[in-house]
Amino acid sequence: MEAVNGRPKREIKKGETRKHIISILVNNEFGVLARIATLIAGKGYNIESLSVGETSEANLSRITIEVKGDDIVIDQMIKQLRRLIDTVKVRDLTDVPRVERELMLIKLHAPSHKERDEILRIAQIFRGKVVDISQDSIMIELTGDSEKIKAFLNLVRPFGIKEMATTGKITLKRESVLEEMQD
Amino acid sequence: MEMRKGADVVIETLLKEGVDVIFGIPGGANMEIYDALYRINKIKHILARHEQGAGHMAEGYAKASGKVGVALATSGPGATNLITAIADAYMDSVPVVFLTGQVPTFLIGNDAFQEVDIVGMTRPVTKHNFLVKRVEDLPLIIRQAFYIAKTGRPGPVLVDIPKDITQTMTDVEIPSDEEVINSLPGYKPHIEGNPQQIKRAAQLILEAKRPVLYVGGGAVAAEANAEITELAELMKIPVTTTNMGKGAFDERHPLSLRMLGMHGTYYANMAVYHSDLLIAVGSRFDDRVTGKVDEFAPFAKIIHIDIDPASISKNITVDVPIVGDIRSVLVRLIEEIKSKNSKIVHEEERKSWLEQIDTWKKAYPLSYKPSDKVIKPQFLIEALYDVTEGNAIITTGVGQHQMWSAMFYKYSFPRQFINSGGLGTMGFGLPAGIGAKVARPDKDVFIIDGDGSFLMTMQELVTAAHYNIPIKVIILNNAYYGMVRQWQELFYNKRYSEVDLSFQPDFVKLAEACGAVGIRTDNPKELKDVLLKAKNIEDKPVLVEVIVDREENCLPMVPAGKSYKDMLLSDGKNVEAETMYLVG
Ligand SMILES: Cc1ncc(C[n+]2csc(CCOP(=O)(O)OP(=O)(O)O)c2C)c(N)n1
Ligand SMILES: [Mg+2]
Repeated sequence: MEAVNGRPKREIKKGETRKHIISILVNNEFGVLARIATLIAGKGYNIESLSVGETSEANLSRITIEVKGDDIVIDQMIKQLRRLIDTVKVRDLTDVPRVERELMLIKLHAPSHKERDEILRIAQIFRGKVVDISQDSIMIELTGDSEKIKAFLNLVRPFGIKEMATTGKITLKRESVLEEMQD
Repeated sequence: MEMRKGADVVIETLLKEGVDVIFGIPGGANMEIYDALYRINKIKHILARHEQGAGHMAEGYAKASGKVGVALATSGPGATNLITAIADAYMDSVPVVFLTGQVPTFLIGNDAFQEVDIVGMTRPVTKHNFLVKRVEDLPLIIRQAFYIAKTGRPGPVLVDIPKDITQTMTDVEIPSDEEVINSLPGYKPHIEGNPQQIKRAAQLILEAKRPVLYVGGGAVAAEANAEITELAELMKIPVTTTNMGKGAFDERHPLSLRMLGMHGTYYANMAVYHSDLLIAVGSRFDDRVTGKVDEFAPFAKIIHIDIDPASISKNITVDVPIVGDIRSVLVRLIEEIKSKNSKIVHEEERKSWLEQIDTWKKAYPLSYKPSDKVIKPQFLIEALYDVTEGNAIITTGVGQHQMWSAMFYKYSFPRQFINSGGLGTMGFGLPAGIGAKVARPDKDVFIIDGDGSFLMTMQELVTAAHYNIPIKVIILNNAYYGMVRQWQELFYNKRYSEVDLSFQPDFVKLAEACGAVGIRTDNPKELKDVLLKAKNIEDKPVLVEVIVDREENCLPMVPAGKSYKDMLLSDGKNVEAETMYLVG
């Protein structure tokens, strides 16, 4: 036995702050999204992207949320999300092999065919689709993960972006162990 | 099923749930339900004088009985008046179903008269809530509300019922238990503890040298007091309870350390500080318990047993988390320990651990400076303990009187100490006491209230008198918002900002005006006789105003955000200045 002096400390869990992608299967009830948003807002966190859509089961929807926050707080938040009566399954897919997609529509300045050709070439490499074209602009539809979208944006930004819109991310866990192939 | 109004379905469903009393106030949007209550005439109704009161009564009823409490209010202001009670029930995991009237469905969203989005407003403070949109859903939703409120980690559920739904004729059947359970696929309240984790916990308990059981309100909700006692006695583990955990272990038991945390006993806090194994049961490491987190039980491994995965380990690392129904986990833990012949590895160390705890108990028992001139608040609580022979149910407001009630009355059975722990709601005591007395007419119910807290819901004294509910209100009158004054004295250099309540009503006359008996005393010599007199009044509520020493402080105390090493003791000393003890 020895005397306790000073201020011995217990180890405290410290989390890293980073982006998390959370997939939530919910009952198709009104107010579910508000419940989830209230819970996340209660942590002082901002939802960076959000998508809601149907699943193969008529009474279930899938909500995919991207939120930046401390690992420990997010872990606690996920447990609280699971506790909600209308959530059926909640998973943090951040560190899980998965397929992730978002969809972008982008309208670029293209006053002459020189720019149009250039943009078309880039779009082709990225497997983007031209969905509208006018005298001085061109609209491209592109799907992919956020890296691909970012890379595309970097290349076309010099042409001048007139308008753009992206959907929230959707994601599903990979069953194969193969690395995600570039499509 | 024959055709009847939606309102009748509400009452039928409540009857199916075994509801015998509702606390509430009528209004435009819930009139149909009140009409059905009148016509069917099978459920008792207590007419509160404010919806917050109705809500706390339902909580007091639920906390005292373990059954689901029911409160009923109208839309708009009726519903918003409930919110404090809803939040209170949420923080303390109290099973209450709150029913609110709502404007008719075709007016919702139109800023109609007395319309508020009560479902939206209460989303963060309910376990779940519902807006009924079709009369066919009404009985299922109400049954779901009861099921959700009372299972898993209990909590409040609100059901908002538009007026037209209560007027619509329907032949809907009341769904069976099975239909209710099957209708909630995402809700799985019954969890079995992981057997591997239970084995590890048993091993740690057998190997520990300085174990402490730290028991919270979850153990009371799970009715696990017998199992806690068995485990403590079998393994000779000292037990400390939180404010909410009181009654899960008899505080008169030699192994009891009483309460821990901010206003915990010296010996409970010392034991937790020096422990090498902390067994947390139905408790949630609240900041009022841990103080400065990284100095909380710095030597201890932690086992945490709780029904709610979300309350396991927020920032403290838990070595063995066990998520599951507390009682069944404890039963299996005890079996596991017995299968190893209950063989404690370090017998010697365990013996000296208990001796060390005895030394701490003797060094600093709960104490105060007695007086024969003024009534010391602590003396009042001790006197009440004697007069009631420790058998009364006690409810309180929030403040010093609440903490003295926690410290100086010894609680021995579950659901005996009823107070607002999580939200800290002044005004909780009186209505909760009324609800408790309605649930337990066989018990004396004493409300130990502050002069400040009492005034926040005092209109319910009229309710108690109306129904001749013989509750006993003891106002510990220090003519201060005493707890705030104490903090101002200790941490703000005695700058007493807006805490003086010396302008106050004549409480005795006030009691009489409300139809209760009023008594006043400031004499320590006659105090017990006065309390006994109050105890023996059985046909009316009684209010006893006890004038106490005004600037008495509630000690010991761990200042907010500090560690147990910074505890201020009742003689004004500081623990750190005292010898710190030994850890092997
Ligand atoms: C509704 C509400 N408002 C304010 C507070 C802050 N508060 C905590 S204790 C306290 C003083 C309580 O005074 P009293 O009821 O007389 O009890 P005492 O501390 O004097 O025993 C106050 C104002 C609170 N807890 N609840
Ligand atoms: Mg006071």
